[in-house]
Amino acid sequence: MLGSGLIKGLAVTAKNLAGSFHDPARFVTTEYPEVKTKLPENYRNFPFLVSENADDPMGTLRCVACQICEKECPPQCIYIEKSKDKKPDAAGKMQLYPAVFDIDISVCMSCQICVEVCPFDAIKMDQVFEIATPDRFQPLLLDRNQLAKPNSYFHEVHPTEAAEVDARLTAERKAAEEKAKAAAAAKAAAPAKPAGAAPAPAAPPSTTPTKPAQAPDPGSRRGDEGSAEPSKPPPPAA
Amino acid sequence: METPEQIRDRLLANFPGAGAVVVANPAPSAQHSIAIGPGRAREIATWLRDDPALRLDYCSNVTGVDWPEKEIIETVGTPAPDPAGGPAKTAEQKTKRIQPGCLEVVYHLYSMALRHGPVIIRLRTGNRTDQITLPSLTPVWRSCEFQEREVFDLFGVVFAGHPDLRRILMWDEFKDHPMRKDYVEPDDYEWEPTAHDKVLAKAKKHYPAEPAATGEATEGAKP
Amino acid sequence: MIASDPLSPLPGAHVHAVHDEFHGDLLEVSMGPHHPSTHGVFRMMVTLDGETVVKLKPVFGYLHRNHEKLGENTTYLGSMPYTDRLDYLCSMTNNWAYALAVEKLAGQAVPERAEYVRVILAELTRLLNHTCLAGFLLQDCGASGTPLMYAFREREKILDLFESLSGSRMMCNYQRFGGCRVDPPPAWLEAASRLVDGYNAFLDEYEALLTGNEILMARTQGVGRLSAALAVSAGITGPMLRAAGVAYDIRKVDAYGIYPRFDFRVPLGDHGDTYDRYMIRVLEMRESIKILQRALHELPAGPIMDPKAKLRGFRPKPGEAYGRIEGPKGEIGFYLISDGGPNPYRYRVRAPSFVNLTILEDLCRGHTVADAVIILGSIDIVLGEVDR
Repeated sequence: MLGSGLIKGLAVTAKNLAGSFHDPARFVTTEYPEVKTKLPENYRNFPFLVSENADDPMGTLRCVACQICEKECPPQCIYIEKSKDKKPDAAGKMQLYPAVFDIDISVCMSCQICVEVCPFDAIKMDQVFEIATPDRFQPLLLDRNQLAKPNSYFHEVHPTEAAEVDARLTAERKAAEEKAKAAAAAKAAAPAKPAGAAPAPAAPPSTTPTKPAQAPDPGSRRGDEGSAEPSKPPPPAA
Repeated sequence: METPEQIRDRLLANFPGAGAVVVANPAPSAQHSIAIGPGRAREIATWLRDDPALRLDYCSNVTGVDWPEKEIIETVGTPAPDPAGGPAKTAEQKTKRIQPGCLEVVYHLYSMALRHGPVIIRLRTGNRTDQITLPSLTPVWRSCEFQEREVFDLFGVVFAGHPDLRRILMWDEFKDHPMRKDYVEPDDYEWEPTAHDKVLAKAKKHYPAEPAATGEATEGAKP
Repeated sequence: MIASDPLSPLPGAHVHAVHDEFHGDLLEVSMGPHHPSTHGVFRMMVTLDGETVVKLKPVFGYLHRNHEKLGENTTYLGSMPYTDRLDYLCSMTNNWAYALAVEKLAGQAVPERAEYVRVILAELTRLLNHTCLAGFLLQDCGASGTPLMYAFREREKILDLFESLSGSRMMCNYQRFGGCRVDPPPAWLEAASRLVDGYNAFLDEYEALLTGNEILMARTQGVGRLSAALAVSAGITGPMLRAAGVAYDIRKVDAYGIYPRFDFRVPLGDHGDTYDRYMIRVLEMRESIKILQRALHELPAGPIMDPKAKLRGFRPKPGEAYGRIEGPKGEIGFYLISDGGPNPYRYRVRAPSFVNLTILEDLCRGHTVADAVIILGSIDIVLGEVDR
């Protein structure tokens, strides 16, 4: 019969129309901004800097101004100036810190390469996307005050990744402490060694990352240890 | 499928004096190519397409490559005996020579009939200034039509025999060829807050007193 | 504002009358670049005799971002996010083609789990792209939105999967040289399995809506016939080539990755017209579902990234390589020349849409101007990769 294809098609449309009144799989509109969809944990937008302590964001930034993210950023949207002095980091080691850390988010393409190459877990991806501004130059240049967010915030937006990072950093710090203690004990047990004869049983370099001038081991990067970022399953796809 | 050396030998047997040289590829991909002289390139291409053992009927990719002039310094050491009877000293002589640049077009050929490939052929121009004409292979493989136009547009290689040689990606009145290594961008700089390296050098020329793009200036100004 | 004179300019059209002694007045119409049906900023200078297309010259370059020169000034890793933006609908396959070319250049091995994940994501991308195309083709035919919205409703589910895996719906930046960036967790694999198992039902409903539809058949059958000889000579690849009857699928010919393990058929068309191109894509989706079900079932445990792969300081030795895969639109290939430095010396993208546009004029000649829009829709172009 001529038109049977058309009628079959219209039956499909009718099924969808009727279904949209009672079946959430047929009616998929969310009335944003009154109703917001839940974003998956892995969702990334622009980067932010992690500081350990919410009370002193600038003083406890994990960033040591090594400038690796600046070099690796494909559109070159990060601008870093190192400080002239050093401050103790979370493990007590004296490190440089970024006096200036700007990200131009009108250029940033959210590729996440800065996060992948950072050896210090200092820069992570944020999830805020409601950041429209009327002026396209100055408000889209985020400085370190606007970029710094505390570790507690990191736990809020990326719980599994933050937990894994914290576990790894505490393990590293513990290992460093124990090595330092063992070295100190060895040193104390040999007080009769004449000064300057043999080099003192030098404390082995701590495993926490040292001077930023040395390029850290390129093998130590996120994402290549199997269980990187397990995410919550996506919304039910009926 | 035949190796590039075998293809070259058969090619030279069919087109003596054509000038076919195998260009070895040191990468693990082992995709060696054959450089052909431009003189009889179209006949050679037709032969490659119609030869029953090759049947390369599908030209997948046409790439332009810019090889600018290179200054090569060769050091020759000649041992000169020491008159005092000590060990011979080596007198080093440095010779400079300029390897002329050229523009190169690389064709990746596959066979849909016999399902093999790639056979890669390369055509080189005389130099980068006035001898920039190569024969167009569009009459042999229609897929070269747009791709040769792109090589003309971005590199400046003129394809003789192309049915419609004009710019394709840049607008018609554009001058210069953007993909060349010595291309100079027009001076239409716009202020960039996180300028680096070359862009920073351009900024310094345009804005002698660089605007203060430091964090302190925008303290408290939330986006 | 619109005068009663039929030849006065309509909004959006640039009209220029050319007097030709033999044919009477020929009308040269510029369709685009701002046009809802040209799949991007694409311009067609169409010369019409009444409603029939006499000549058609495509003009593009409006989205030219000189991606190839950017590639020369960026490291190999840094170019990976830029490849997302070539064919911006299919970022996973663009990433894979680039990763394949670099792995060939550097001799980098890829672990088995990563190969399976790459196949899963590539086939999901194929589903995504063909669904999108079916929707847009119907939109071009004038079905104002219903098939498009049904297609996009299903496509959103795949995009949600991509978002929960890589962090972004379209700009995934997911493949790396030597594997993949993130290991899909079991929850993601379950969600993917559920989606794939439900996809056949969606396709059945979609075909019930479209495939037997008399209007679609009348508009697309016999329109834009492409002969096999012309297709091969013009370097056409992908579903368009197979609709013309040439059995050339790079997944079977090059046997890259682990495709030889999967048993799937390659649908071929008889007539090479627009209806065949639409049907080939629907059949390819069904074959992709088979591959996906098998791959998700057989996914082995193991590392997702080769332990010897380098992220920073990646400097392949001098040489060159051409790596290609069967993307949803055709053959997408990358040709890289390395000079031993951190950036490639020459970085070339072989984009399928660019080469597939060669025969647009041949296909449209003799048809009406409305058919020209449908033929362009069935070629499936994305300006991001046409212009780069």
